Amino acid sequence: MKEDTARQPSIINKFLYNSTWRGWLFQALVLLGLLGFFSWIVYNTVSNLQRLDKKSGFDFLTQRAGFEILDSPGVRLMDYAPGVSTYLDVFWVGAINTITVAILGIIAATLLGFLVGVMRLSKNRIFSTVATVYVEIFRNIPLLLQLFFWYFFALRAVPELRERWSLFGGLGGINKSGLYLPAPLFEQGFGYVALAFVLGLAGCWLYARFATARQFATGRRPPTVPVYLLLLIGIPLIVFWVQGAPLSWELPVFREDGPILRRGYQADAGMVLKPEFIGLWLALSLYTASFIAEIVRAGILAVPHGQTEASQALGLSSNMAQRLVIIPQALRVIVPPLTSQFLNLTKNSSLAVAIAYPDIVSVFAGTALNQIGQEIEMIFMMMMLYLILSLLTSLFMNWFNARIRLVER
Amino acid sequence: MANVSYLRTEDAPILPPPVSDTGISGWLRRHVLSTMNDFSSLGAGTRSVLMAVLTLLLLYYGLSALWGIIDFAFVKAVWSDPEGLKRGVCTTTAQGGVATGEVGACWPYVEAKLKLFIYGRYPESELWRPNLVFALLAAGLGWIIVDKAPARRFMGLVMLSVFPLVALILLTGAHVDLSRTGMIAMAVTGVVLMLAGHLGLRGGLGEILLAFGGGVRLIGALFLIIAIVMFVMSLDYGLEKVPTDFWGGLLVTLVVALTGIVASLPLGIVLALGRRSSLPLFRILSITFIEFWRGVPLISVLFMSSVMLPLFLPEGTDFDKLLRALIGVALFSSAYMAENIRGGLQAIPSGQYEGAAALGLSYNQSMRMIILPQALKIVIPGIVNTFISLFKDTTLVLIIGLFDLLGMVQSTFTDPSWATPVTSATGYLVCAVTFWVFCFSMSRYSVHLERKLHTGHQR
Repeated sequence: MKEDTARQPSIINKFLYNSTWRGWLFQALVLLGLLGFFSWIVYNTVSNLQRLDKKSGFDFLTQRAGFEILDSPGVRLMDYAPGVSTYLDVFWVGAINTITVAILGIIAATLLGFLVGVMRLSKNRIFSTVATVYVEIFRNIPLLLQLFFWYFFALRAVPELRERWSLFGGLGGINKSGLYLPAPLFEQGFGYVALAFVLGLAGCWLYARFATARQFATGRRPPTVPVYLLLLIGIPLIVFWVQGAPLSWELPVFREDGPILRRGYQADAGMVLKPEFIGLWLALSLYTASFIAEIVRAGILAVPHGQTEASQALGLSSNMAQRLVIIPQALRVIVPPLTSQFLNLTKNSSLAVAIAYPDIVSVFAGTALNQIGQEIEMIFMMMMLYLILSLLTSLFMNWFNARIRLVER
Repeated sequence: MANVSYLRTEDAPILPPPVSDTGISGWLRRHVLSTMNDFSSLGAGTRSVLMAVLTLLLLYYGLSALWGIIDFAFVKAVWSDPEGLKRGVCTTTAQGGVATGEVGACWPYVEAKLKLFIYGRYPESELWRPNLVFALLAAGLGWIIVDKAPARRFMGLVMLSVFPLVALILLTGAHVDLSRTGMIAMAVTGVVLMLAGHLGLRGGLGEILLAFGGGVRLIGALFLIIAIVMFVMSLDYGLEKVPTDFWGGLLVTLVVALTGIVASLPLGIVLALGRRSSLPLFRILSITFIEFWRGVPLISVLFMSSVMLPLFLPEGTDFDKLLRALIGVALFSSAYMAENIRGGLQAIPSGQYEGAAALGLSYNQSMRMIILPQALKIVIPGIVNTFISLFKDTTLVLIIGLFDLLGMVQSTFTDPSWATPVTSATGYLVCAVTFWVFCFSMSRYSVHLERKLHTGHQR
């Protein structure tokens, strides 16, 4: 250390001990290293592709795909037909299926999660015990195992193809080929009913603003619920009736006679939910709901008890206290972790590949990849889809979070 | 004043609590009936009735589910197969077996397949090796978990550094054919760099090494460590080599999950520091890396590592399938680990950073001696939680053709000699209970840690 004090400051020293310069130096070194690493990878990849005589680029997207895809929302929406549709269509079929099961899963998991989370806090011990047992079982068993359980075990307990369990007095039914339900057929004029409903929704929003303004001005809130009911249900119903009930139901057809191979549910009638879809949807919702329940419980517990007491002191009914005081504050705690659960559910929907539900992984990075063999492009496209979905979910939830955030000064 | 009659000279006897408050009826009154005895108004009355109906329904379905499981696993279960009938013992006479009446869980099947479930196809004569690894793991973890055990920190380091190497040698059998020259070159470079750094820090080797001696020494140490690991792996311990194709079951589950966590720790620390760095390039790189891996599902990562990794490497590099999966899992979990550690770094009051700077500590020193020891302690519960989800996610490796516990259980369903209607349910039950016991006890431990750490940090 003696030399240190005696050392003369030199030009080099000035740079070496200046933290800005040092920072740039380190960054330059790392950048160089990274560039080297990536060019090594690119070089390897190019030479490997040449050696294996593989094509590259996105030309394959215009080729026609020759394989069947299981009946699913994506197939219906994209009018997918083997031999006619292209690989780009296959991508969209997978994407739509992923998005469908993710959205339906998010809705179901949120509803169930909130219910179970509130139940866990119930004063009724039977409620809270059942909720606790549910949460501890479902979140501590791997999702894939739950998926296998529902798909390979529970959904195999239903009758064979030529038989059924009748539901809703024969209107629907379930067997190994899926859950059959009446399909709504919208006839001409139903558009007006939908329009009336949308207008009713807008009317509700306007009326709520009017009611709030009125409450601020006079201290009394005009009746809201009857008006909402009238706008949302009453007027659309009247329109429905005026238009001559432009909605009919296409019932699924179950044949018990005729040639043995033609018996059972007919493919072209009614609406069918395939076992693959039901299994995936059930597993995703039940698994994620157990996590959401914990988030909801923590969120409600995070609101100090004084808030409940203060709202009682203000004379709010327990309903109003919940709606106006507790829930808005709990939501602030709940929303950020809820977002990551939604993202998890979307990503977990990729487990579809294990039971061959035609999601993006199964149909595009699976079947299509096996036929085309361009791993890099296809896995890149799949990952991009997930990244974009994650980004969109985050953006939406951030917007929602900003709306309910505590406004400070 | 001796006889003041209105003052009591002895305590009143302690009365027992009212009957309505004790025993089952008291419990019911307090915790169940109290939510459904309000009939003061129409609304409250309706709510009470609704509550009662729902309670009864829940009670009915809850109890019947519970009974269903007990009935399946114990009452109707087949316990033994003394005559070696295999599937016959678990099927009814109508299905071609010998059982009378409905059959529950088929325990002889589990007994017959237990080795597969735990070790996969690991050679029978070598089973002592995974057993020894399990025992070492349990002993080491037990040591760390017990609050009052001595030298816990030291044991923690041993479990993170020496144990993985020992486990690797035991499980693979080591004796890997590695080039001796490469190893020696590595070792020499490492020693030279360490020496240069060390001497440089003392000011003997010019300005540049004085300024960057620490970094040079660190790189040298890395080289040396890699050389030592290579050397240890290339030795012949007289153990039979067991390729990873023979590994399976719980063994693979534990290997994947533990490697994921151990390998992701150093990478996670680097990424977390990078994300909070003031240098823009490091920050951007870390954020990109972390958000990319967190944005894609593990399955796509496993797909990528199994089909794309071979393309990225020079021609002829032949990679073990398990190793490929391990690389994918390690990269994936390091992103989550980084976010955990970042949380810990953010929880350290800025006074600690300033204090370290005021003492004249360099960035490396302040991180090593002040910040990371505190931050890592806070994030242990988070790491345990990451480990739990990673442990559950290891099941996904079955999709790329590796046989973890679930994959092994699933694969035994195709064995015709045990094909019965209850085989799959029994297998899933065993698998679910195993995972549940592991995950539940870990989550309890993490809750315990959180409570313990919380008291120390309450402000």
